Amino acid sequence: MERHAGLPSNEADAPPSGSPSRTAVRRRATATSPPMRRAYPFSAIVGQDEMKRAILIAAIEPAIGGVLVFGDRGTGKSTAVRGLAALLPAMPAVSGCGYGCALGESCDCDTCRAILAGTRQARVRRVPVPVVDLPLGASEDRVIGALDLERALTQGVRRFEPGLLARAHRGFLYIDEVNLLEDHLVDLLIDVAASGENVVEREGLSVRHPARFVLIGSGNPEEGELRPQLLDRFGLSVEVRTPGDIAQRVQVVKRRDAFERDPIEFTRAWDKEDARIRRRLLAARARLAATQVPDATLERAARLCVNLGTDGLRGELTLVRAARAQAAWQGEAVVADHHLRQVAASALRHRLRRDPLDDSGSTERIDRALAEVFDD
Amino acid sequence: MAAPDARVTAEGAAPTDADWALRIVAVDPAGTGGVRLRAAPGRARDDWLAALRAALPAGTPWQRVPSHIGDERLLGGIDLAGTLRRGHLVMQPGVLAQAHGGVVVLAMAERCGAGVAARIAQAVDTGTTRLQHAGAAVASPACIGVVALDEGMADDAPLQATLSERLGIDLRLVDSRDRLDVSAIDSADVTTRPSPHRVEVDRARSLLPQVEANDSIVAALCEAAQALGIASLRAPWLAWRVACVAAALEGRRDVRAADAALAARLVLGPRARTWPQQPQAPEKADASDDHPAAEPQDPHDGDDAPGSQETGRQEDAAERAQEMSERLLGAAAVTLPGALLASIAGSAETPQRSAAGGRSGGARRSGARGRPIGSARGALRGGVRLDLLATLRAAAPWQTLRRREAPSQPVGLLVRSDDFHVRRFREQRESTTVFAVDASGSQALHRLAETKGAVELLLADCYVRRDRVAVIAFRGVQAQLLLAPTRSLVHARRSLAGLPGGGGTPLASGLVAACELAGKIMRDGGTPLLVLLTDGSANVALDGSGGRQQALADALAAAKAWARIGAGALLVDTAPRAHAQAQALAGAMQARYVALPDADAHLLARTIAGGAANA
Repeated sequence: MERHAGLPSNEADAPPSGSPSRTAVRRRATATSPPMRRAYPFSAIVGQDEMKRAILIAAIEPAIGGVLVFGDRGTGKSTAVRGLAALLPAMPAVSGCGYGCALGESCDCDTCRAILAGTRQARVRRVPVPVVDLPLGASEDRVIGALDLERALTQGVRRFEPGLLARAHRGFLYIDEVNLLEDHLVDLLIDVAASGENVVEREGLSVRHPARFVLIGSGNPEEGELRPQLLDRFGLSVEVRTPGDIAQRVQVVKRRDAFERDPIEFTRAWDKEDARIRRRLLAARARLAATQVPDATLERAARLCVNLGTDGLRGELTLVRAARAQAAWQGEAVVADHHLRQVAASALRHRLRRDPLDDSGSTERIDRALAEVFDD
Repeated sequence: MAAPDARVTAEGAAPTDADWALRIVAVDPAGTGGVRLRAAPGRARDDWLAALRAALPAGTPWQRVPSHIGDERLLGGIDLAGTLRRGHLVMQPGVLAQAHGGVVVLAMAERCGAGVAARIAQAVDTGTTRLQHAGAAVASPACIGVVALDEGMADDAPLQATLSERLGIDLRLVDSRDRLDVSAIDSADVTTRPSPHRVEVDRARSLLPQVEANDSIVAALCEAAQALGIASLRAPWLAWRVACVAAALEGRRDVRAADAALAARLVLGPRARTWPQQPQAPEKADASDDHPAAEPQDPHDGDDAPGSQETGRQEDAAERAQEMSERLLGAAAVTLPGALLASIAGSAETPQRSAAGGRSGGARRSGARGRPIGSARGALRGGVRLDLLATLRAAAPWQTLRRREAPSQPVGLLVRSDDFHVRRFREQRESTTVFAVDASGSQALHRLAETKGAVELLLADCYVRRDRVAVIAFRGVQAQLLLAPTRSLVHARRSLAGLPGGGGTPLASGLVAACELAGKIMRDGGTPLLVLLTDGSANVALDGSGGRQQALADALAAAKAWARIGAGALLVDTAPRAHAQAQALAGAMQARYVALPDADAHLLARTIAGGAANA
């Protein structure tokens, strides 16, 4: 194989895979380090309440349109996303459907079409909620999908091979350092996240498939800002900081240590807590549609947005949706002012029209506006 | 750069930090994340790597990865050559999955692009790699430790922060005195002769799971990390892990202060961003005392350790943690290179490194980047990328025909050279506006405030165009880079706001600094644009001496040097009345000349916007 010939020589003298010594190595390696690392339990994350709340709201109400998490490295951003996905119950998906459709949802794929036409019996398998990492530098091909090379090479058939967007369907798409992603990719992602559908018209392919996912972007603002147009399209935004409190920091390191030592035992210890969150989340989802938003609350939301001078209606819409999800999470049937207050900062802080050179915090501005609207 | 000397204390007797680092990584490559090995290529580094490889248990995977590795090799994917030859799909495993349980050596890590860094970081985080094929994701285990060979010089783009964040140990191999004792290793044949460390490493591997948690040491490491301004919680966690491994290497189940001090040196010190306000000298001495980190430690260390989890001892533990964290700070100080120490002790500002952290100079080197603008038929020359899909599409319709023409051909796809399509890209070069601001006494008298106002307007404009900005200020004896290129305009504004005025006008020095910075930006694939704000009355020569004559001559020479670079420039004359000096300077620089007196700040901003468009 040409590629192997080009590798540095120190690889060549490693025993070829499959030989006894190699298998022995594998076994030993897996003995010390489990083959697949488990996800760190969501409920074991110390602090970071606003981030956890935002991600939960997005999981309850996917129409929110994604969460932007800005802050220091090593504050548990990706841990929270992976933990939440692991906590969610496995979801039923049409088996044989390349996009992991739910039953009753019909995509363009052969399986779903056959089911729709009645020529095929629908069968359902349970799959874990996907968390897809979108690495920096991912090509457009990999993100939206491309020609299926195997078929193209062996049969000369033009077929679509789904990309990361398809894999993220009904789950989470996590982008670390979203602020460093090329703009055209961010545009594309937000488009798909908003429309819930990926439309591919390229390479002679014409495909559309469902791609509804919770978009979670993270980044460090010191390394570059996100264009305001893109900022606005994220539903919620959260600023995370490393806890300044030593006791909390120690707690983080200790729990991490306990987790690394014995992931299975650690996860078991937090199972109950995770299960509680799972039940609450599922209940909130079920309750969401019936949760009422009184006119007075709508008006307050509108006044808040006018007061802050946010552009367009997206801010208001997100604010109300987030408040409704928050009410559902708290098990209440009617959205009240305190729900608005709880989510206002997350829903609006990135929509304030700002002087790019003004570094005074937008959170303070929202707090002021909240005080004005609610306390008169 | 001076070597932190504490390492080589007792000749041969105590293991050096380099020695510790390699044994720690050998014991737990995946848990510690690995090493950022800062060293020039050479004997010392080769020896270190050979010693590490020898210390690893026999048969441990060892994969060398070039910094520009493609996805299909890194994560696995379709083996193009094999597939075309055999006519059916041939998959190849990724390097990261092949290295499962072992070590990945990333060559020229500082040149590695954001994409490669992110993928490796993901493998380090999750212990798996995912290879997507036919709609299904195949995850394969990839618990790896990474040795990132960082050859970066001070002014190069640093190693991708995504990656450096996750590599526990940050080691600088400096001079030959730091070289390891490799006499026992025949470097020509490292795999057959076990290293003296191997027994010890094997023993530590089995002991490691039994090392006991120690709250006071964890607390001390957390406190030390916080005092050093390290925001990430990964740092104290990795430091704790390193301390555990160190204890296991010593054959102990309890982590002692000496282990923590070692961890502080290897993990926390190099990550320091600020320095707590306290006298350092005695601490430093203290640290080098306990540095050898060998067995015979103060007797009281022993009782820190086993089973201190009962709550009754917590206050006591907290007190001791405080005490210990101070010692850890001392230990961390040992690894700080002198200049860095001085600079962070001087200001509480965060150093600028992070500003460039997410950027990659490497990514733009290939020329084959930017927005894809489709593909076209073309020959496969070096540096171009085959558009596989387009190539296959071009070949597909002809298969039947070609097969008929050449029945003797082996089965599979028949691809002719004229099927080849290569990708075309349009690269949008990022432009960086360098502001060189004259903050000298004459300037201050006139209008430093106005200059600042103008720059702020320009910054707002840069924000709209997504330019990066850098700020150089010159006053007193020489120029100073206030802000390395960054997109963070908040930083830029802050650095300007804090700029004091007064002193001489080292114009030549300012221009030289601008030339250096512009050269660096161009090497990284960007387009520099200089905005020089000065009244042109230089009075400090390049060597820092006074004298208007020499100063002017130097300034003109530097201006000509700028002209040779061939980058766009704009000179804003800030003198109350337009000067011949400044005009002459602009002429020598081949810069556009604008006089501030005629221009209110808004007009100025428009002028620069125009200048940038023409540049």
